[in-house]
Amino acid sequence: MNAPMPPQQQVTNLDVNVSSMGSSFPEEVLEHVLSFITSHTDRNIVSLVCKSWYDIERWCRRRIFVGNCYAVSPAIVIRRFPEVRSVEVKGKPHFADFNLVPDGWGGYFYPWICEMAKACPWLEEIRLKRMVVTDECLELIAKSFKNFKVLVLSSCEGFSTDGLAAIAANCRDLRELDLRESDVEDLSGRWLSHFPNSCTSLQSLNISCLSSEISFSVLQHLIARSPNLKTLRLNRAVPLEKLYTLLHRAPQLVELGTGAYSAEIRSDVYTNLTDAFSRCKELKGLSGFWDVVPSYLPALYSVCSRLTSLNLSYATIQSPDVTKIITLCPNLQSLSVLDYIEDTGLNAVSLSCKDLRELRVFPSDPFVADANVSLTEQGLVDVSEGCTKLQSVLYFCRQMSNSALSSIAKNRPNLTCFRLCILEPRAPDYLTFEPLDSGFGAIVDHCKQLQRLSLSGLLTDRVFEYIGKRAKKLEMLSIAFAGDTDLGLHHVLSGCDSLRKLEIRDCPFGDKALLANVSKLETMRSLWMSSCSVSLGACKRLSQKMPRLNVEVIDEQGDLDSRPDSCHVEKLYVYRSVAGPRFDMPSFIRTMGQNPAYRRKKKKADP
Amino acid sequence: MDLINFEATELRLGLPGSTDEQPEIKSTPSPVKTNKRSSSKMDSSVPDEQDSSRSPPAKTQVVGWPPVRSYRKNILQGKKSEPESGSGMYVKVSMDGAPYLRKVDLKVYKGYGELMKGLQEMFKCIVGLYSEMEGYKSEYAPTYEDKDGDWMLVGDVPWDMFLTSCTRLRIMKSCDVIES
Repeated sequence: MNAPMPPQQQVTNLDVNVSSMGSSFPEEVLEHVLSFITSHTDRNIVSLVCKSWYDIERWCRRRIFVGNCYAVSPAIVIRRFPEVRSVEVKGKPHFADFNLVPDGWGGYFYPWICEMAKACPWLEEIRLKRMVVTDECLELIAKSFKNFKVLVLSSCEGFSTDGLAAIAANCRDLRELDLRESDVEDLSGRWLSHFPNSCTSLQSLNISCLSSEISFSVLQHLIARSPNLKTLRLNRAVPLEKLYTLLHRAPQLVELGTGAYSAEIRSDVYTNLTDAFSRCKELKGLSGFWDVVPSYLPALYSVCSRLTSLNLSYATIQSPDVTKIITLCPNLQSLSVLDYIEDTGLNAVSLSCKDLRELRVFPSDPFVADANVSLTEQGLVDVSEGCTKLQSVLYFCRQMSNSALSSIAKNRPNLTCFRLCILEPRAPDYLTFEPLDSGFGAIVDHCKQLQRLSLSGLLTDRVFEYIGKRAKKLEMLSIAFAGDTDLGLHHVLSGCDSLRKLEIRDCPFGDKALLANVSKLETMRSLWMSSCSVSLGACKRLSQKMPRLNVEVIDEQGDLDSRPDSCHVEKLYVYRSVAGPRFDMPSFIRTMGQNPAYRRKKKKADP
Repeated sequence: MDLINFEATELRLGLPGSTDEQPEIKSTPSPVKTNKRSSSKMDSSVPDEQDSSRSPPAKTQVVGWPPVRSYRKNILQGKKSEPESGSGMYVKVSMDGAPYLRKVDLKVYKGYGELMKGLQEMFKCIVGLYSEMEGYKSEYAPTYEDKDGDWMLVGDVPWDMFLTSCTRLRIMKSCDVIES
């Protein structure tokens, strides 16, 4: 790299070459300044200032975030940022969570780990979401990075407990192992024994998604020799009767996920548990709570006043019990709960939890037509009124009205995330039987900082007109069973200036809106459309007009090559990419604009 | 333009009976829909149940709707099936010489080994491991009453069969057990 130039040369060069202005500024100083710039967006902007800033920035970039693993090529990314210490990559589209993305779609981590194993021996952190990670990947991680510290696998799949054993055995300085909601092939609980006795660095362990029983003594010993353990999320198989012994060894815990919260009702178990919890003075977050026996809930009362986060969304406990414990938590900021809490419970929450920022209410019986619990729009209205700091909502319910939505919007203009799921598709306002256009219109009108929105209920093109006009900060929009014509989609694509991710299912949106807004798609991360009215021909045309988009058609009926252009595609996934089309797709996915012969040739050429 | 034949064979994830052509926006609201029944579109493949106050009709399930993760769905469904099959499988357990009986939920155990351990803890006695050849080595032997009213030695039949036939347990003193 250029050494800083002596003063007299700086003055003469200043007139000649504008780009050398960057180099008149010692690069160590610039690096130091850049170390304060951590946001990925800001870093990317910095690198665009001039060539020397680009060079300096790339050498000192320590964290990279790849929102779509197919948007860039791993080789090029790693080559650009050779000193990277932390990598975060996301794979499958969000609708994969709801089984809309077929198996074999892709999102393989293997190409990434191959590049990193070669080029980044000092890598410390890997965070992945919705990616396919194999045991081979985990083994590569385990043996390639001497300083490896953090592994977070969120909603990932493809690996087994054998891979975890490799990580445990080889990563001597492991700080964080978090498997949140991943689909792990759970061969046995023995992998945990692979942590050597010398491993004392653990700060965070989340094994809540595993089903096998872990040897309790191994777990106990691991916890006892991890003095910095702050987060521990156990799996369901860890028995409640023994939880107290773990807590005794980790009174410094800040976040705890219990195992099954049930046991035979015995006074000694209860006393031990109560005593153990009372020693956990730092505890701020609780989760887990499978199979709750309500009689054991009072054991937690001593920690409630300090709790900021409580996840009871797996606890099938009824209203009085669930309400009681929540209302004892005045400092609660994040609450997840089942709809057993009912309107009465939410009303109590609105009066007791004045610091609430995030509320998520899940359905206990999503596939039953009639309401099994007394949870309606009123619960959410009450919370929106009483909890003035409420920013983020995920709410499943069976009825909604425009007036309720309007109240919520007026009460809480500070909402940044509003995800409403009325269980019945196309359900109208239950009072007036009108569409819910004006209700959601009120949401986007009042909540000017809204970044994420999920719609449901009966909606016409009008709601999209409102969204296009008013939701200027909206980054992610989810639409299902809504709208009338292409105009709806056109409003969104032409109006939402900040839109990055758009996912649509079962809407009558088609070719016209898509082809009228082709450039917009390059400003977004991705677009997903399934069971809509987009024709194969339109997909081809889109791909022709926008060569830097990958237009992927997913069609499990097979034989896409012989279909007429007029036929509707099952699923469409469009995303911008500088890596060109991908070649790891199964046979039922095609990238438009790719000559099949060229595709086969390229496949052979790949190592 | 959609070809009519093609539409018939098209594999879609839309609701049964729904088509691409949406009706024009009506200025008057659609026919009154109460909260009680799901729309006829949804129930087209589910038999009509008028007042099913006991078990509400299950909806025709649309793929990926409602947007609940399968992880969460599995857990909730797993829990609900337990109460339905007789709120767990609680059977009485008596032990010779003990002043009172206990109750144990057989569903909690995955096999005979776990059951033995559970009984052992409960009664703090040494029941011992069952060996097909030698019967029980220790002082006590676990027996159960089956649906015919006969007293059987625990461990002969596969676990699942045992679960369906066991009505109560009795831990007998070994000297009282008649071996065939």
